[in-house]
Amino acid sequence: MTTITQTQTRTNLAPKRLGKLAVNLNAILAIAYRDFLKLLRDRARIFSTFLFPLIFIGFLGGGMQATFGARSGYNFLAFVFTGVLAQTLFQSTALGIISLFEDRANDFSQEIFIAPISRYSIVFGKILGETLVALPQGLGIILFGFILGVPMNFAQVVGLVVVSLIASLYGGAFGMMILGMVPSRRAADQLFPFVFLPQFFTAGVFVPLQNLPLPLEIVSLLSPLRYAVDVTRNVFYAGTADFDAVVLSPLWVNLAVLGGSFVVFMFIGTLLFVRAERNR
Amino acid sequence: MTPIIQVSHLIKRYKNTQTNAVDDISFHVAPGEFFVLLGPNGAGKTTTISILTTTLAPTSGKIEIAGHDLVNDSNGVRESVGIIFQNPSLDQNLTAEENVRLHATMYGLYPFRPAYWMMPRAYKDQIRELAEILGIQNEIHKPIKTYSGGMKRKLEIIRSLIHHPRVLFLDEPTTGLDPVSRRSLWDYLTQVRAEKETTVFLTTHYLEEAEQADTICILDRGEIVAQGTPEQVKANLVENYLLLDAADRDALRQELRRHKISFVELPLFKIELNGNSDHHLTPHQLLKMIDTPLTTVKIHSPSVEDAYLAILKAHDDDHTNANPH
Repeated sequence: MTTITQTQTRTNLAPKRLGKLAVNLNAILAIAYRDFLKLLRDRARIFSTFLFPLIFIGFLGGGMQATFGARSGYNFLAFVFTGVLAQTLFQSTALGIISLFEDRANDFSQEIFIAPISRYSIVFGKILGETLVALPQGLGIILFGFILGVPMNFAQVVGLVVVSLIASLYGGAFGMMILGMVPSRRAADQLFPFVFLPQFFTAGVFVPLQNLPLPLEIVSLLSPLRYAVDVTRNVFYAGTADFDAVVLSPLWVNLAVLGGSFVVFMFIGTLLFVRAERNR
Repeated sequence: MTPIIQVSHLIKRYKNTQTNAVDDISFHVAPGEFFVLLGPNGAGKTTTISILTTTLAPTSGKIEIAGHDLVNDSNGVRESVGIIFQNPSLDQNLTAEENVRLHATMYGLYPFRPAYWMMPRAYKDQIRELAEILGIQNEIHKPIKTYSGGMKRKLEIIRSLIHHPRVLFLDEPTTGLDPVSRRSLWDYLTQVRAEKETTVFLTTHYLEEAEQADTICILDRGEIVAQGTPEQVKANLVENYLLLDAADRDALRQELRRHKISFVELPLFKIELNGNSDHHLTPHQLLKMIDTPLTTVKIHSPSVEDAYLAILKAHDDDHTNANPH
């Protein structure tokens, strides 16, 4: 009985809408899911995302284990594995956020930016979407680690999945801030190597950071990636003999820095990006 | 009636530029009106429509749309308008239905669901209806990539209408479409206007599209150079005239002088029908007065295109006189 009346009244009445908060939450999910669907439909991209970490962990980790492993006193493969896991996810979402520029170029972002929702919802939906895209990569890396012989138990795997989520979200917020500060895709592409490559070292992805001289220690403390890497090792090495040799700061310190800077990055990034978009 | 769009003293100057892209324009649009913003490339049409649709911030000026202040209540404005951008804004990786679903969720019409079959009945009914209008019952779940240009445009319009906007903005929607698609899109828009009483705000440089408008506003170099109904714009700025010729041109000349009808020899005899002369004659009255056998009779009645070109030319001349180089 209702179908007919609904059709008749629909033309004249404004449609019933969800409440403000509900709209925003649903919109975040819808925007995020769109990115995930895109990944599922892009087989080539899925394949290529697995290749890079495989090379890193397999060759670099394996090679370094052979040369330094014995002297460092702990499993170097596992050390590089945890570093690369955090680094890959962090970088993947950060670079993914740059697709906001791409959307703008093919004009799809206009459709999102005219929606009657908070700008923060748009950005958070985008970060969540890139996180959903990065997570399968994380699972892939964990699987490679396992195949290559990184020793891990079930609890560690669960812990890695959780920190993968954290590293991805955090990378997204970081990418958003970079995005807010640069005027174009080209500028972003030029800036990204300077932002990411040094962090391979300052965040301790491949090299241990214990006993750094003070100036380098300060640079390291200012590297956002350091906390994502360290939280990963916090979880992975918890309760093992190598914990003290590998982990830099306690878990709560890492989580506090990650949480705090996530909020700051996202807030500043969104503000700058929206302002740059509208105040041309 | 309170205008649904009210723009006063809108100015937009882009960063690092010396001139205003939109230079102090004011206009209003009544509810249900079909309003056309005309102008050459670079006149400021897209700038204006981008500001009205909240994607670009104005430099100064006051704008109200459907009772919402553009600067302080952009989300209020966003809820009340639908927008068709100059470039297609569909997501190529998604199906038609997924594009519509994303839109519906972002406008708060339905909660998010990851798949079509999970959506509520009302939504599915709506989709079925839309597919029928478009004649794509079989393709609605196929990726956008497979659609023709005209089809995509129609889909965008349908998508923008599902949240029942009070104003539909269209920024050169028919650019790049073939004549058949253009006509069919046009018919569809006319139908939408009739059924839903949606206010339509269109920018175009196809002049025949402006003929059906309620109001035309001509923009050039960021300024409004003419505004009114198509008839007013034509009447105020363009002459209606008659062109005559005869084998015996001396006889015709003398006869016209005898009747005190002013004319110009081009070499055809050009006679103003309205405006400048003190005669306000219909072509019929005029022809009845002439006995000399005529070899040529031509009535010039302007199209919007003539008016448009004349107006732009006049504005151009003003500019050249004002800033001699």
